[in-house]
Amino acid sequence: MSDTSQASATVPARTSASLRHQGVAFVVLGAFFLTAPLAMYPVFLMKVMCFALFAAAFNLLIGYVGLLSFGHAMFLATGGYLSAHAAKVWGLPPEMALLTGTAAAAVLGLAAGLIAIRRQGIYFAMITLALSQMVFFFYLQTPFTHGEDGIQAVPRGMLFGVFDLSNVWAMYFFVYAVTGAGLLLIYRIVHSPFGQVLQAIRENEQRAISLGYRTDRYKLLAFVLSAALAGLAGATKSLVFQLASLTDAHWSMSGEVVLMTLLGGLGTVFGPVAGAFTLLAMENYLAQLGSWVTVVQGVIFVICVLTFRRGIIGELGRVIKRPL
Amino acid sequence: MDTIFGVPTQALFGQLLIGLINGSFYALLSLGLAVIFGLLNIINFTHGAQYMMGAFCAWFLLNKLGVGYWWALAIAPLSVGAFGILIERLMIKHLYQLDHLYGLLLTFGLALIIQGLFRNEFGSAGLPYQVPAELAGGQNLGFMFLPKYRAWVIVASLVVCMATWFVIEKTKLGSYLRAGTENSQLVQAFGINVPRMITLTYGFGVGLAALAGVMAAPIYQVNPLMGGDLIIVVFAVVVIGGMGSILGAILTGFGLGVIEGLTKVFYPEASNTVIFIVMAIVLMIKPAGLFGTQK
Repeated sequence: MSDTSQASATVPARTSASLRHQGVAFVVLGAFFLTAPLAMYPVFLMKVMCFALFAAAFNLLIGYVGLLSFGHAMFLATGGYLSAHAAKVWGLPPEMALLTGTAAAAVLGLAAGLIAIRRQGIYFAMITLALSQMVFFFYLQTPFTHGEDGIQAVPRGMLFGVFDLSNVWAMYFFVYAVTGAGLLLIYRIVHSPFGQVLQAIRENEQRAISLGYRTDRYKLLAFVLSAALAGLAGATKSLVFQLASLTDAHWSMSGEVVLMTLLGGLGTVFGPVAGAFTLLAMENYLAQLGSWVTVVQGVIFVICVLTFRRGIIGELGRVIKRPL
Repeated sequence: MDTIFGVPTQALFGQLLIGLINGSFYALLSLGLAVIFGLLNIINFTHGAQYMMGAFCAWFLLNKLGVGYWWALAIAPLSVGAFGILIERLMIKHLYQLDHLYGLLLTFGLALIIQGLFRNEFGSAGLPYQVPAELAGGQNLGFMFLPKYRAWVIVASLVVCMATWFVIEKTKLGSYLRAGTENSQLVQAFGINVPRMITLTYGFGVGLAALAGVMAAPIYQVNPLMGGDLIIVVFAVVVIGGMGSILGAILTGFGLGVIEGLTKVFYPEASNTVIFIVMAIVLMIKPAGLFGTQK
């Protein structure tokens, strides 16, 4: 996206100084989620972490490849449904359930990616939205998801046969570890040579092609990675709430993750986390307002697009003159 | 009763008719999207909400002001179109220099606001809208029963689509529009007020959506969420047809409506997804869409 590229033009992200800076930010973030349960409800924080990973996975596409996926809910839901099914019906331990969900999302990502990367820009957004709607109808009709009820009472089980995840603290630190690992992986991807090629594609795809890169393969791999990580977020979420439901597959969920990332800052490492936290905290406080939440979300969308395109972390990074 | 492929003809023609009706709305809505996209280069996510506003406008005129269907056909598109013009002037205008995706995000946000507000006001249950007296009843064609109103919707939508096609492809005004789509700076250099043309085009596209909304009111119920899911199907229609040609948008709209109707007869489980499956297949074979040219 031309504007994100302007916003991130200040993000060369290669100098050791800026990397050290982001390292510090990682430590601060890690410390925050370690101490936050003292002041905040742990289930809320677990929800924030799941959505932070989801938004970070989405941001890998929009922020670093310039592809706006409007259908990421399909990966969240696939990860959630498959891991819930694996844990409840197949009786798999939680780590295998998460793997099942993640792998299923990756396979779906490969299929959807093969179709979607054939078009760019606005078409890419419309195609992913349409594919995700197709997946929504599939989950609505197929028996294993139990339609409107969803898969309920998913057992959390014993992690590696040792840790009992029905204990809220064991669950909390498991989510902490999964999200942390996911975010670090995304950070590594972005700063790897592969990530640099992705950014080159975002800036000027024609030129990347003429330099000999098979950009379609890079885009497809990025899409699959993003889908798998979104699936991992969905799988973790289904263990936390012991529920996988249709809400996760609906297009409004795709819109929500776009909003989280936009609010936090497109193409920033920590923006998705900040966006997820802000939006979920707001929804928590506004819960009694019912359908006004949609209106408020819409208003935030409009404000972000018209006047706040860098997002929270993007603006913060501009103030301290360092990319975050 | 006669059967074709083991399906009663009555059911077959009934679903074909429903398919044509849905196709009429797909065609009208994708036409509006294509016209807007051509000149503004944004995908108008608010289109579904504006379609819903058209239906509510008709409902409001009838139930609060006692103004009937025929007047609503003119008043609703004009007022919703004026609302669209306001949005274009106040918000969308500021996004033309940015990436097109921001237009999509902005109009998505607006759609959330509009749908949320209507839902707060009217709830999510549908409100009934009477078929106008002139078009009540129907005709028995021998092989099926044809409600007059449904025949009217198909004919009216065809007429509106063809008129739009004629204006854009065959008139001087349309030639300005097409030239603006190709190269708006050059057109401006020839002394044509391009910003005003853009604003009016957006208003016109939105008006088309509202017109579809009025025509839909007696068939589907008037519901704040009526446009939300529909717009996604219309996006798929637009991807299948490609946005290069007006005629393409019309043909694809009607064609997919019929395909959807037939699927309801032969394999009802897939009727919700068939259009998306067609989209996937078309993208594999012809990425630019059936009538599009790859940019």
